[in-house]
This record gives sequence, structure tokens and C-alpha cells, in this order.
Amino acid sequence: MTFEAPGFWPPSGPEVVFLLLGVVAVGSALLVVTTRQLVHAALWLVLCFGALAGGYLVLTAEFVAWVQVLIYVGAIVVLLLFGIMLTRAPIGRSADLDSGNRWAAVLVALATAGVLVSVVVAGFGTAYAPLEPGQGAAKPLGSSIFRTWVLPFEALSVLLLAALIGAIVLSRTDIRGRE
Amino acid sequence: MHIVYPVVVSALLFSIGVYGVLARRNAILVLMSVELMLNAVNLNLVAFDVWLRDRLHGGQVLTLFVIVIAAAEIGLGLAIVLAVYRNRQSIDVDRLRDLSETGASEEAGPPEEPVGVGEDADREARP
Repeated sequence: MTFEAPGFWPPSGPEVVFLLLGVVAVGSALLVVTTRQLVHAALWLVLCFGALAGGYLVLTAEFVAWVQVLIYVGAIVVLLLFGIMLTRAPIGRSADLDSGNRWAAVLVALATAGVLVSVVVAGFGTAYAPLEPGQGAAKPLGSSIFRTWVLPFEALSVLLLAALIGAIVLSRTDIRGRE
Repeated sequence: MHIVYPVVVSALLFSIGVYGVLARRNAILVLMSVELMLNAVNLNLVAFDVWLRDRLHGGQVLTLFVIVIAAAEIGLGLAIVLAVYRNRQSIDVDRLRDLSETGASEEAGPPEEPVGVGEDADREARP
């Protein structure tokens, strides 16, 4: 769907806000994968997810933004911090967080970034969508979840239950396999 | 909003996640990088949903589903990481090479013994 796309310069207000949030998200993601302290990686992950939630807000996906704050920042990062503590990771600096194939990983990541960025710029360089507030509010999203997408929604609740039971079985030590 | 901005941000986040998965040794850091990749996909889905103005809101609903699946994945992944830690006192993914062929691991480098040896019977049958 194409509209009369304004030029890239000057960027509009939402675009400036989104680009700043994107810089924050990408920068903190870089710190997540390069920092030498394990706990700091989890905290930079909070910043990255928070900036992404702001980006969803700018893209008028309000409900997704709040779900992102609730589940990612609230639950998943806390779970990761619990994992860090339960595995008795060193709290301070540790020198051996990167493996030996670091330069191969840099190469693969740069190649991935190059391919993806060039493809999406070539494919969607002129795509433009005017932002209309209210598109992603709770009401339209909820009505479409519980009308059109209710079957995958129920399947997901079964999946969550299965994952919960699986995690309990995996983490209890007094459940043995069948001999 | 030019769609190319969120899409480029998501491509960069995805490749940062690829780097993290490949370069980190700690299993929890690998899980964090997987979360980064999932978030990149979420940003893509939201951006294309806004662009295509889907009346069914397929992109945003799928984003919610991906968030739920990520929660399930991180729960199971941490349970597995904790089970590994309980059995060998190390979550270093470079040292978990019991499933590699012994010849291949000797060629690749000196085989590293697991730090801790648990009491499971199946690993005592390991060659």
C-alpha cells in the first residue's frame, strides 16, 4: 500500500523520536552482547526492551508496548537475573564471556546485517505509512484476538501450561525417568 | 513514518543477536541474545502491521503471540540451563561437547573434561 510519501528530509517529529529510540535500542543491544559483566548485560537488556517499547508507542501499537513492558522488562529480565544468580555467576568483571570463535561471529553478524539492511532498503525504501493513533489500542486488538485469532490464542494457553509443567519437571530433582 | 526506519533498526538488532548467540560462552547470555532476535522480529511485525493497515491486526496479534512464546522459551531454557549447572557446575557452552565425535573434537582442539561429574547413570556410560 503506497501513499504520497514525503521525502526523507526533513524527518517528521515521530520519525525523529523513533530514530533516537532506535539508536538507544541498538546501542544497548550492542552493550548486551559485548559487556564484560553478566549482570550489566541483563540491565542493558532492560534499556533495550524499554526503548523498543517506546518505539512501539511511536508506531501507534500501544497495547503491544505495554505488554512488552509487562512481560519482557517485568518478567523475562527478572527470570534471567534469577538464572544468573542461581548459576552463581561472578558478579564483577569476568574475562571469559566470549568464546574463541568471536571473530567468525563478527564476520557472520556483519554479513547478516549487510544482507538484511540492503534487502530491506531496496525493498521498502519508499514505503510510507501515515500514523493514525488508536490503531493498536486495547479495544480493536482485543476484539480481533477474541474473534479472529481465538483458536491460536487458546492453543497458546495450552502451550504455556505445557511449558510451565515442563519447567517444573526439569527443575525438580526428585523426579526420575522411567527405569 | 517511513517503514524503512523500523525495519532497518530491526535488521540491526537481529544481527546483533546473531553475534551474541555465536560469540558468547555463557548460556544465559546466549538466551539474552535469542531474546534480542525475537524482539527484532516483533518490531518488524508491528511495523508491517502499521504499514499494511491490517483490519484483523494480524501483525500485532502475532507480536503478542511471539512475546508469549518467548516467555515459555525463556522459562524452559532457564530450567535446562539450571539442570546443566546442577549436573556439571558450569554453563559454559564451549565445554558442553559430550555429544561431539571424539575424533572431531581432538582435531578441533584439546578435549576439555567437564568440570563437575554428577551422579547420573547415563553419563557414566559416556565413552
